[in-house]
Amino acid sequence: MRWRALLAALAGIACIAAASDPAERLPDPAQEARAREIFRDVRCLVCQNESIDDSEAELAQDLRKIVREQVSAGRSEAEIKRFLTDRYGEFVLLTPSLSPGNLLLWGGPFLVVLAGAALLLTRLRNRTPDAELSTEEAERVRRLAEDEAP
Amino acid sequence: MIAEAGAFALMLSLALSVVQVGLSTAGRIRRSAALAGAGEGAALAAFLSVAVAFAALMHAFVTSDFSVANVAANSHSEKPLLYRVAGTWGSHEGSMLLWCLALTGFGAAIAGLGRTLPQGLRAVTVATQGALGVVFLAYTVFASNPLARLAQPPVEGRSLNPLLQDPALAVHPPFLYAGYVGMSVVFSLAIAALVEGRVDAAWSRWIRPWALAAWSLLTVGITLGAFWAYYELGWGGWWFWDPVENASFMPWLVATALLHSAIVTEKRGALSGWTLFLALAAFSFSMLGAFLVRSGVLTSVHAFAVDPTRGVLLLIILGLTAGLGFSLFAWRAPSLGRGGMFAPISRESALVLNNILLAAATATVLLGTLYPLIREAMTGEAISVGPPYFNLTFTPLMSALMILLPAGPLLAWKRGDARGVLQRLWIAVVIAAASGLAVIALVSPKKAFGALGVAMGAWLVAGALAELAERTRAFRVSAGETWRRLVGLPRGAWGMTLAHLGLGVFVLGAVFETTWKLEAAEALPVGGRLSLGAYELSLDAVTPVAGPNYEADQGTITVRKAGAFVCRAEPQRRLYTAGGQTTSEVGLCYRGASHLYLVLGERRDGGTYLVRAYWNPWASLIFIGPVVMALGGLVSLSDRRLRIGVGRRREAEA
Repeated sequence: MRWRALLAALAGIACIAAASDPAERLPDPAQEARAREIFRDVRCLVCQNESIDDSEAELAQDLRKIVREQVSAGRSEAEIKRFLTDRYGEFVLLTPSLSPGNLLLWGGPFLVVLAGAALLLTRLRNRTPDAELSTEEAERVRRLAEDEAP
Repeated sequence: MIAEAGAFALMLSLALSVVQVGLSTAGRIRRSAALAGAGEGAALAAFLSVAVAFAALMHAFVTSDFSVANVAANSHSEKPLLYRVAGTWGSHEGSMLLWCLALTGFGAAIAGLGRTLPQGLRAVTVATQGALGVVFLAYTVFASNPLARLAQPPVEGRSLNPLLQDPALAVHPPFLYAGYVGMSVVFSLAIAALVEGRVDAAWSRWIRPWALAAWSLLTVGITLGAFWAYYELGWGGWWFWDPVENASFMPWLVATALLHSAIVTEKRGALSGWTLFLALAAFSFSMLGAFLVRSGVLTSVHAFAVDPTRGVLLLIILGLTAGLGFSLFAWRAPSLGRGGMFAPISRESALVLNNILLAAATATVLLGTLYPLIREAMTGEAISVGPPYFNLTFTPLMSALMILLPAGPLLAWKRGDARGVLQRLWIAVVIAAASGLAVIALVSPKKAFGALGVAMGAWLVAGALAELAERTRAFRVSAGETWRRLVGLPRGAWGMTLAHLGLGVFVLGAVFETTWKLEAAEALPVGGRLSLGAYELSLDAVTPVAGPNYEADQGTITVRKAGAFVCRAEPQRRLYTAGGQTTSEVGLCYRGASHLYLVLGERRDGGTYLVRAYWNPWASLIFIGPVVMALGGLVSLSDRRLRIGVGRRREAEA
């Protein structure tokens, strides 16, 4: 709940795309590209649901600086992300981890597909061949056909 | 005076809605046409009454009557007329009034247009719609009255959030709400069918026009919102998988599934239970959206009309309405018939697969939106579910759906012929593969996903056209005959083709824009240059400009390609004096379907300005595609078969 208070306090900050700011950029374009890739997965903690790639908030700027420094120091993406989660918790990453607590989150959609497929298969298996039309049904078809005629 | 009259009319509409429920219910129980008719009269009167209240609020906004609390909090006398009008629905209270206007409006529409419905079904539908009206009007009157007065009116209002002062966003809520609330008719019809214990082809035929209308309006509403986000938020994104966006997307997905399953129920009498379920779910998701957006339980870039205390009330309304609806469903649905049988390869199976995948896609969006809340409530651990999650779950599900899509309309009912379908689609297969390969060869060999996406878009477009060719027997009969068949196609068929075509157009735009977007940013002095791909940009001047309620720095940026003039754009950085917020007004250059997207940033030391430029290839298609889809919905709505009143009139003649 600490974050909630902080969010409420800072909600007024205008967050506008910022990561491409030339003043912050790394000299090596390959490293810069790697850093940008990481930015997209890191949440700007004080903004209203934005990545630090998009946010102009000061905290986002600081986080970008940290990530860029670590990228230029040659640390891997996994190491940088671990560094961030150690400091800010899992909340900081926009991709939820594949941990047991998130099982339902990742598995849910595929459960729906499986359940749907199972229902469809039972329905198809219990199929009985269509019977001939009864005289009553044939009469109804005739009436419907007349109805459709202009 | 006018505000009081409006407040009175609002109260009156609540009373009229109560009367509507009573009369229609009595009409159903006693089988009395007179009572049911009176109930319909009450529905019409309730709508007129809300309309009066709405007009009164709009009057208060237009005349800047700051003695009305809502106007004082959300308007400003210097605001242009359009935004003073739009201010009517720019706040929590006003938007709830708009919701009630749409709700009673749809109630009046059933009362007025539903003459062809069987009496019992009609009475229950009107009663249910009235009950929804009672709930939401009571909420508006007692918990969020938009016409409340202030004892000491301020001299000046606090103004509307400047981000919302935009033409697209001025008309976005009316479309969105008409779409959301249009689902209420479908909900009421489903309740009526459950009460009457009857779901048949006729019922599905009645539900389709309402579902189509609501779906089309929602499509337009969401597209307007996306377009607004694209050019107003200033970094060129158009969809963020933000909770508020998801809130509008879930009813859309459910309504899309409903439109497809209703076809099976109408043509083959099958899936009636599932169609009812979706009809209930569509409006439940609309209400969930209304709750999520207003309650502040989720953090969002679009959180504008937030009020946590009233969120609880909305949650209760949602729980009560959806809970009662689904309980009725659980009780009555098992007694409904199963309908016709079908083979594994058939139109029915294809539509069932469509529904399974759309349901799974909805589950993805729902989980992604609510899971962080649930997890935090249960374990206290906060997690974020951002765009990467949706890219990994939603995208594969939708891709599977889109691979199957062109085959569906070509399959026969009951027993289809897979080989025949492939024969009719081979040209589309070739076109899709060729487009993918062409992209790899001509644009960039490294972006395999982009190439796959382009192939997918081409597959959808070519598949829709192949289906049209099949229906008209193009290239197999004379051109004249093809033309005759083309003109003679039912509007419903045109609607489907357009909707599927629109999806393909959207996919092409989305894939191009996300895969081959270019970006450049530099702190430029006046006269400075910046290159973006083949384009050469120069910041010619920065001049101060005064707007009606803001001050701005306006940059003049000239774009050249190989020395030749391409266009001139004038992006602004605005300071809204009333609230002290800054926003950027993007400069857009249209190059065919692609956009040059130019943003003027803040002034830096040494008199330089931060200029950002994006090349967004084919970005127009992202917005044109959904418009084509909505157009398909409207064309289908005009189909003679669905035209309200056709069935009954014919019965009367017979």
